[in-house]
Amino acid sequence: MNIDATPVGAMGPVGSVRTGDTLPPLEIEITRTLIVAGAIASRDYQDVHHDAELAREKGSPDIFMNILTTNGLVGRYITDHFGPTAVLRKVAIRLGAPNYPGDTMVLTGTVEEAEGDTVTVRVVGTNGIGKHVTGTVTLVLPGGADRVSRP
Amino acid sequence: MSGEGVGPDDERADVSEDVAEDVYARLKAYEGRASAVGGAGKDLVNEPMIRHWCEAMGDTNPAYAGPDAMAPPTMLQAWTMGGLSGHAARSEAFDELLGLLDGAGYTSVVATDCEQEYLRPLRPGDRITFDALIESVSQRKTTKLGTGHFVTTRMDVRAGGELAGTHRFRILKYAPAAQGREGASESSARPRRPRPVVNRDNAGFWEGVARHRLLIQRCDGCKTLRFPWLPGCNACGSPKWDTVEASGEGTVYSYVVMHHPPFPAFTATDHAAAAAGPYAVALIELAEGVRMISNVVGVPHDEVRIGTPVRLEFLRADEELELPVFRAVEGSEG
Repeated sequence: MNIDATPVGAMGPVGSVRTGDTLPPLEIEITRTLIVAGAIASRDYQDVHHDAELAREKGSPDIFMNILTTNGLVGRYITDHFGPTAVLRKVAIRLGAPNYPGDTMVLTGTVEEAEGDTVTVRVVGTNGIGKHVTGTVTLVLPGGADRVSRP
Repeated sequence: MSGEGVGPDDERADVSEDVAEDVYARLKAYEGRASAVGGAGKDLVNEPMIRHWCEAMGDTNPAYAGPDAMAPPTMLQAWTMGGLSGHAARSEAFDELLGLLDGAGYTSVVATDCEQEYLRPLRPGDRITFDALIESVSQRKTTKLGTGHFVTTRMDVRAGGELAGTHRFRILKYAPAAQGREGASESSARPRRPRPVVNRDNAGFWEGVARHRLLIQRCDGCKTLRFPWLPGCNACGSPKWDTVEASGEGTVYSYVVMHHPPFPAFTATDHAAAAAGPYAVALIELAEGVRMISNVVGVPHDEVRIGTPVRLEFLRADEELELPVFRAVEGSEG
């Protein structure tokens, strides 16, 4: 039997979204501009996010991305994929290897659970020195699969 | 507070266990106390700040655009930030807690966890208020960044008085590990391997390495070979010994692959592309029968195998340090 031939929507409560599905990876260049823009847009003026000299005095090799920006990027990764009708319910992240300028972070996601209209996605963001972020996002897809508009 | 000493001094790093326990007991007393009371967002939820956020994140979600936009849910904390003028709402208890940590030498701070739940969307015009409490303070932990305490706070964020979201936040207040500071002050950014401890029991071994000879101790009494170097013979107890030079031939007796934490110093000299990546630590059985711990070079970490034939060579790790390592013999992978 060819599973791919099964009509979309017939697979489960949230249609085409199934446990184990993987999201296409999103590559994000970690520029100095992104780090500073993210810090300022999130109203975070901690010097380690914009002043390389002070960051070095505190034992960091350079400025690094703040957690609010990482949180925003994880949220974007999920809604980019599930579309504008997806409603974020919960975002829980843990930071590991810092995002320093010049690095690239690759976000990947795996559907951990899809039940009713609720989907749980495990997200991992890996950079050149390790796992920058690991986390879980819970979202609701109103109307299930019909409303998933993928770019 | 007046404790301006940014970064740790050496004395603080040696803080005794008793002092650490005492500090922890005092920190723990802050659990359950408010960290922010009667907080008010400095700005109403507004279109320009939403747009600036979306620009920074590269987020083009149409739900976040226009006057009827909802704010990206992940912006929740941004509406509560003090900005350059600081937090009026921050409680005395929280300031005291941070002051206590600063005073104990944990002057640096890094956010480690953020858990947010969103109960209703925030839209332009919403007035944000918030309260927060100190949920927990961890015992002293040593991390790659340095040693310190994790502090977890939990915030309720309201819009027009109605609960809109919760925000659990964990920071590490820590004394930076000395390594980073040394690295920053030196011109060479390349990480260096730790220095071997050379003492009178093993000095002869390192003198041999300097002359590119791998020397094994041999008991004068019973002729048993021993490695690593020790003052006496484990077999007969004799303190007398001489040395034999290893032929340099050996095989991998066992190995482990180190994935975490990354130590770039151990990989940078070999597979440059995998600088901070995993590396193999091998127990090499020399042809003479003794075993030594070393690195296997010339083969990726995931291709090292028990039984792999290896040959001794000397690795110039940096200008001061040379080490015996073992190169996988060509064509050994069959």
